[in-house]
Amino acid sequence: MYDSGKVIIGLLIFAGIFLFPFLYNHGSPAAKPKPSLDTPAIKALPEKKCVEDTQFMITTHMQFLNNWRDQALRDGNRWYVNKEGKKVWISLQNTCLKCHSNKKEFCNKCHNYAGVDPYCWDCHYDPNGSKL
Amino acid sequence: MIEKALKGSSVYWGWIIFLLCVIGAGFMAYLYQLKVGLGITGMSRDISWGVYIAQFTYFVGVAAGGVMVVIPKYLHHYSKYAKIVVFGEFLAIAAVVMCLLFIIVDIGQPMRMLNVLLHPTPHSMLFYDMIVLNGYLLLNIICGYNTLLADKKGVPCPGWVKPFIYISIPWAISIHTVTAFLYAGLPGRHFWLTAIMAPRFLASAFAAGPALLIMILLFVRRVTKFDPGMDAIQTIAKTVCYAMITNLFFMGCEFFTAYYSQVPGHMHTLDYLFRGLDGYGELVPFMRAAIVIGLFGVFLLLVPPIRRNTKWLAVAAASVFVATWIDKGVGLVIGGFIPNPFETITEYHPTLPEITIATAIWGVGALIVTILYKVAISVREQQAA
Amino acid sequence: MSMDRRKFLKAAGLTTLVGLGGKGVFELLKPGAVEAEMTHGGHGEEGHGEKDAGPKVRWAMLIDVMALNKEKIEKIVHTCHHLHNVPNWGDPKNEIMWIWEDEYEHVFPDSYNEYNHILNGMPFLLMCNHCDNPPCVRVCPVQATFRRPDGIVAQDYHRCIGCRFCMAACPYGSRSFNWLDPRVHLEKEIAEGRKLNKRFPTRMRGVVEKCNFCVERLAEGKPPGCVEVAPDVMFFGNLADPNSNVRKILKERISLRRKLELGTKPSVFYLI
Repeated sequence: MYDSGKVIIGLLIFAGIFLFPFLYNHGSPAAKPKPSLDTPAIKALPEKKCVEDTQFMITTHMQFLNNWRDQALRDGNRWYVNKEGKKVWISLQNTCLKCHSNKKEFCNKCHNYAGVDPYCWDCHYDPNGSKL
Repeated sequence: MIEKALKGSSVYWGWIIFLLCVIGAGFMAYLYQLKVGLGITGMSRDISWGVYIAQFTYFVGVAAGGVMVVIPKYLHHYSKYAKIVVFGEFLAIAAVVMCLLFIIVDIGQPMRMLNVLLHPTPHSMLFYDMIVLNGYLLLNIICGYNTLLADKKGVPCPGWVKPFIYISIPWAISIHTVTAFLYAGLPGRHFWLTAIMAPRFLASAFAAGPALLIMILLFVRRVTKFDPGMDAIQTIAKTVCYAMITNLFFMGCEFFTAYYSQVPGHMHTLDYLFRGLDGYGELVPFMRAAIVIGLFGVFLLLVPPIRRNTKWLAVAAASVFVATWIDKGVGLVIGGFIPNPFETITEYHPTLPEITIATAIWGVGALIVTILYKVAISVREQQAA
Repeated sequence: MSMDRRKFLKAAGLTTLVGLGGKGVFELLKPGAVEAEMTHGGHGEEGHGEKDAGPKVRWAMLIDVMALNKEKIEKIVHTCHHLHNVPNWGDPKNEIMWIWEDEYEHVFPDSYNEYNHILNGMPFLLMCNHCDNPPCVRVCPVQATFRRPDGIVAQDYHRCIGCRFCMAACPYGSRSFNWLDPRVHLEKEIAEGRKLNKRFPTRMRGVVEKCNFCVERLAEGKPPGCVEVAPDVMFFGNLADPNSNVRKILKERISLRRKLELGTKPSVFYLI
């Protein structure tokens, strides 16, 4: 191999930079997020239940909200019928956030943990946020 | 083959570094625009497209102009173009990349750009523009690279490339036709709503593209050992001459329809651009200059002894390039928005960051041309030696 | 999961009857109106197979220009821009306008007549025309703007890429682009005492917006905001129904529509 010394040193430097974040954070896992359900609206509920069951909401809320968005905005359909046959008004601002009024303790907890930054909040509000 | 771009004189590297600085400055300005929004430009509610889209439109023309050397070579076997076709194709590559960049910097939500593929919309002309521009880029990369590679190896061009070359000819026409259709199909913008838009775009494209090619080839001839051949350059000059005359003729047709019919909507924008309207007329000196410079260029090209003089030929090519640039790269897009739908006038002043970004895209184009031409010239010099 | 037009209207009607009765300006609120809409079938099940049956709902707005005055214009514009959190930039470069005022000669530049002393200089209200044949929808490369079956030309801010092709295509200057972040300015206005409508979102920079005929209010069975605050000036109803309030008014009054020669078929009528 030509210039093997240089090549190997270069590869080592690359590997070092590439692996740095993994080595740096090794052994110190971030605490698992615990989104809070502690809001007045949820406390007042007779049965603590979201639009669909909790597991479904945790795993599928992104696609679910995308569907809601397209139904409400594009198809003009504002009613959602859940698996139990109950009708729910489709609105992030006026349905979801009425119960989950604690965006910081609910939405942000997992989103920060997962390192995602959904663009919902560019237009929709944190009901209790001081800033827009 | 591309490694040939890595060996060059200090002047070559100096030029590259200069271009990288220009691009870097524009990139910083773009980051600023990305953070704050398109409000940092001079565009407004009334003039909602500015320098970016105007430059985009112009460079689609430059890209399409490359076909003017492809047609004689491949359809008429004009052998004097054999050595320079690749320069036309490489110029087209640079121009198309510039077009795509001008679109990217113009849109308000660039991170959603792929929505165009996610929600394909065949009734939008922009959908077709995306297809034809990317297709043309690909075609020119395939054709340019493979023909040059064959030359380098001293073998004939592989047969499978031929169909792509033939497809690239109507494809070149299509890119500028579709770009004209972006404008020519909008109700309520009288200046753009003209059936002659696509033919006029093509005429100015076949003048502007080859004119730029002449300037670059004359420069190449001066500073490198590769001689593109004066006969070939003279033939391109004739193409430029005919195309520019056609372009000016089409412009004259627009003037006739507007002013003989005396329909106010048809006259307003031309008034604004060439005479001033309701006391507004910032573009008047430029537009008038474009006509004079264009006619001057045509005159130089029409008279054979002048055209054969290299220096005058360079002046003629530059005149045509500048005249078409003012006409299409400034007046056409801005003029379409004046007057606005309420028949009031808002003028447009590009801002410094906006110009910095546009200049950087010119820089990217120059960089691509430099690198690709360096490769092509190295191959040609090697062939000659 | 999606719901057809019949169910939608039924639902809209139910909300209306339960919660918001008594606002007679809005046609849907009249007893029987909802049922009348539904018997037409709309785009529901019965709609299939009927080839000549056009859309049975086409919302239209009538503006009685003769009843307009500065005070009412201000009220209407303020209400609309409050309801939809439209920032008031105060400069023409960044201006966002959903509904606004201009003089006759700018609204109808093609039919300007210098001897028409009655109309010249008269204030008009401008808004999106919700065209039957909208050029903005034709040119949008991502269907961010689209025509709903009820004739409303809607704008999907989630999808808009900000290419502004629709602004070039609209012959009425009805569309505004968020050149800068609207929230930055709204925050400034809030500090100066502006109230935010927390039931409706803001927009983000880099997308186009315009009047939406208050779809969010229609869904709840409410009339558009402008109609609610100026029921003697603005009339909203179903143009496709020959017995609707708007059709009745159009039978009796002289009406104008902007730039009809362009074939866009506006749904906004000016009564003179």
